[in-house]
Amino acid sequence: MPHIELPEPDVGVLRRRPILVEGLRSRVGADLLILDEDGRRAYETDAFTAYRRVPMIVVLPRTTEEVSKILKYCHENSVKVIPRGAGTSLSGGALPTEDAIVLCISKMNGVIEIDYANRFARVQAGMTNLEITARVAEKGFFYAPDPSSQLACTIAGNLGMNSGGAHCLKYGVTTHNVLGVKMVLIDGTVVDIGGPTLERNGYDLLSLVIGSEGQLGVITEATVKIVPSPEGARPMMIGFRSPEAAGSCVAAIIAAGIIPVAIEYMDRAAIEVCEAFAGAGYPLDVEALLIVEVEGSESEIGVLLGHIAEIAAKYDPKTVVISAGPEQSARIWAGRKAAFGAIGRISDYLCMDGTIPLAQLPHALTRISQICAEHDLKVANIFHAGDGNLHPLVLYDANKPGDADRAELAGEAILKLCVELGGCLTGEHGVGIEKRELMSSQFSPTDLAVQTRIKSVFDPTWRLNPAKVFPLAVTEQMRAGNPPSIPEVA
Amino acid sequence: MPVTELLRPAAEWELQTMIAKLASQKRPVEIVGYGALRNAGRVARSDVVLSTAGLKGVTLYEPTEIVMSARSGTPVYDIETTLAARGQMLAFEPIDLGPAIGAPGGALSIGGVFATNFSGARRVLAGSARDNLLGIRAVNGRGELFKSGGRVMKNVTGLDVARGMTGSWGTLAVMTEVTFKVAPLPQTMLTLAYTGLPDDLAMEALTAVMATPLEVSGAVHLPKNCAVRLNQPKLQGIDQSVTLLRLETFSTAIEERKEKLKAALKIYGTPIELDAEATWSLWSQFRSLSVMPFSTETSLWRISTLPTKAAEIVSAIQKFMDVTAFYDWAGALIWLEVPAAADAGAADVRRAVAVRGGHATLIRAQPEVRASVDVFEPLKPEIERLTRGIKSAFDPDGLLNRGRMYADL
Repeated sequence: MPHIELPEPDVGVLRRRPILVEGLRSRVGADLLILDEDGRRAYETDAFTAYRRVPMIVVLPRTTEEVSKILKYCHENSVKVIPRGAGTSLSGGALPTEDAIVLCISKMNGVIEIDYANRFARVQAGMTNLEITARVAEKGFFYAPDPSSQLACTIAGNLGMNSGGAHCLKYGVTTHNVLGVKMVLIDGTVVDIGGPTLERNGYDLLSLVIGSEGQLGVITEATVKIVPSPEGARPMMIGFRSPEAAGSCVAAIIAAGIIPVAIEYMDRAAIEVCEAFAGAGYPLDVEALLIVEVEGSESEIGVLLGHIAEIAAKYDPKTVVISAGPEQSARIWAGRKAAFGAIGRISDYLCMDGTIPLAQLPHALTRISQICAEHDLKVANIFHAGDGNLHPLVLYDANKPGDADRAELAGEAILKLCVELGGCLTGEHGVGIEKRELMSSQFSPTDLAVQTRIKSVFDPTWRLNPAKVFPLAVTEQMRAGNPPSIPEVA
Repeated sequence: MPVTELLRPAAEWELQTMIAKLASQKRPVEIVGYGALRNAGRVARSDVVLSTAGLKGVTLYEPTEIVMSARSGTPVYDIETTLAARGQMLAFEPIDLGPAIGAPGGALSIGGVFATNFSGARRVLAGSARDNLLGIRAVNGRGELFKSGGRVMKNVTGLDVARGMTGSWGTLAVMTEVTFKVAPLPQTMLTLAYTGLPDDLAMEALTAVMATPLEVSGAVHLPKNCAVRLNQPKLQGIDQSVTLLRLETFSTAIEERKEKLKAALKIYGTPIELDAEATWSLWSQFRSLSVMPFSTETSLWRISTLPTKAAEIVSAIQKFMDVTAFYDWAGALIWLEVPAAADAGAADVRRAVAVRGGHATLIRAQPEVRASVDVFEPLKPEIERLTRGIKSAFDPDGLLNRGRMYADL
């Protein structure tokens, strides 16, 4: 069913597999290699499971030096490399090709240094997102970005995708919370970029690396900011009769000078499924539900939530519920956080990840419903209202012929709509293979050339994480040393 | 090199055409806004100057989405006025270097803010200029117009070229329009001033404060010889160092936070309290660096380091020369005045920083000094290789602000 084109493997490389295995064995030892087919099959896909390719070899290094040796060897032997963390990418960012080596850094998961006075932690990049917080929590700190997969996903993957989370309205995304990285270039050179000081010296290479989806190098260490935990936090739920009312309420909260730590929006379809699954206490008679969370001391929280309730009252809400305590707060969030799983229980779905300006929300939701109806599909919408990140979940039936194809087409139309409305193709999941071909709808040939030239500086032969981020034709032209032409200057 | 030609495009397309023409002639060009930063950094080697001053105006402002776009030549003053009318601000408090480098104040363009990424005291809470940048339109040294990023808070579509341009001092591309996050003005604010703390103890206090969830929005320390320049009557004539902490929040919350802050810092003494009005005026002084006034007798350095190393670095440099230090960002940034010298003290400053971690940038010195010493911290070889690659990707003939950051780039 899938219609994303995957490149044909290089037969010449496949034929050299025994030599390559021997070459790697002699450099890093046999115990780091996974060679048997069952073992390699575990790495054939990520969380974008519709696409699978069993890689030629899997390597699990434990040190930066080993990563360097592996990359140098692959570079000298013209072998493609797929960097991988925990494999939780929702856009196929860690999908292998059959002629590539998967370099998985999940074994590199230790703490190197925690400096509370200067408020940073230096960790190996295979450490999971939540583990960083676990290591610093006892001293009253946490690592701020909180993607839904934070229990499993690695900091390397977060860096690759510039991951966000529900609380980024206040704390920012990965790029706001990382000070530096140790990275290995394709030729084996180890570079330290940034960190641990707040300011970087020279060009801001770190900004180029964060969110580069494994295109520029393999990150082996990260120096991240750790942030003091708030005294307390509490959510409230506000149910509305229309998306317009909910959208206007969000705008009014921000206009009043309140920047909550999170503002989550769910439409009726999402509310129903999450409530049935988690029993979070969501109202079932509303068209739109906002979960608004604020932080501070008990008295500050009380005042702020009261103020938000006053603002909400102007938009004729059907329900206003301020969480009564930690137990209810946990239930309210459990419902929202279980959303993807809950929907997954009732249907197959494609999770889209576009962004739109807040003011476009009602219009976007109407158009998304139309697009899905045109493709004979249903949709549930979850929206990080504070930061414009929209997750329409396009529901389909994998057993029904043609359904998945239609879902992909509807998804594409939705993302193009996001770009039309002033948003972008992806807010936090990344481009991967999924949105590769759509890049041309957001970027001009010149915009893309600016990016591909940067990629070429770091990876001149285009063998790192191939066939992703950029349209396949562009990747192939770049690898052939024949960049796509761009229009003449007027 | 004397300037023989001044270009002042009035529109993006015109700017692109001009750069494209220069590119075809392989003629280097110096990029400026209103010239506020011309006395900082190295002197660009070019006889053509292109000013973005004709590219003015806010092109998008959605207060309820806390986002604004402006043409790169828009004065920061105009932007802040427009924002203030809707109760908003630039949270990262851009630094106007002008008065400290012998240029008029208030001549800073928004493009210059992102090109240098110089952020003010609120950085400790609200992030840097770079952190608040969302998207750009720009023309590179090939004369190509491109865009990156967008107007929404979250955007991971392709490489983050926009943030990658920050701090590149116009050597990669000329920004024509920038889109950035804005923030609500705080309802109220106050300052606590602790006096008489030696530098190392002050750094300890600031470090302790930053580990609390009290959301201090400014944490600076001025040793005695710098504190004398403070403009507040309440802080004048005390003849001691001054350590300042700013709180900005809702009027319903500020008293509670103040008491908690005082409790957390009890061992450092009883602070002098400054109200909202005095706080506003006091912290404005740091935005124009008027605690580091222009002088030809001294050079000015900007040092980025770890808060726990800051006092040590200043004290190490002090062994070799008289210094006036201003510690910002809870000790993560030091503005340091040293006596004017042939190398502006570079050898001693850089050595003191190198062994303790961080990097130093020479901000103010006589042009011949800035031409002869490294203004920016020299790069490690492997980073230099990437830097040259990036420069070449954007500007293969090295035309934009040639020599502005590094002598041969």
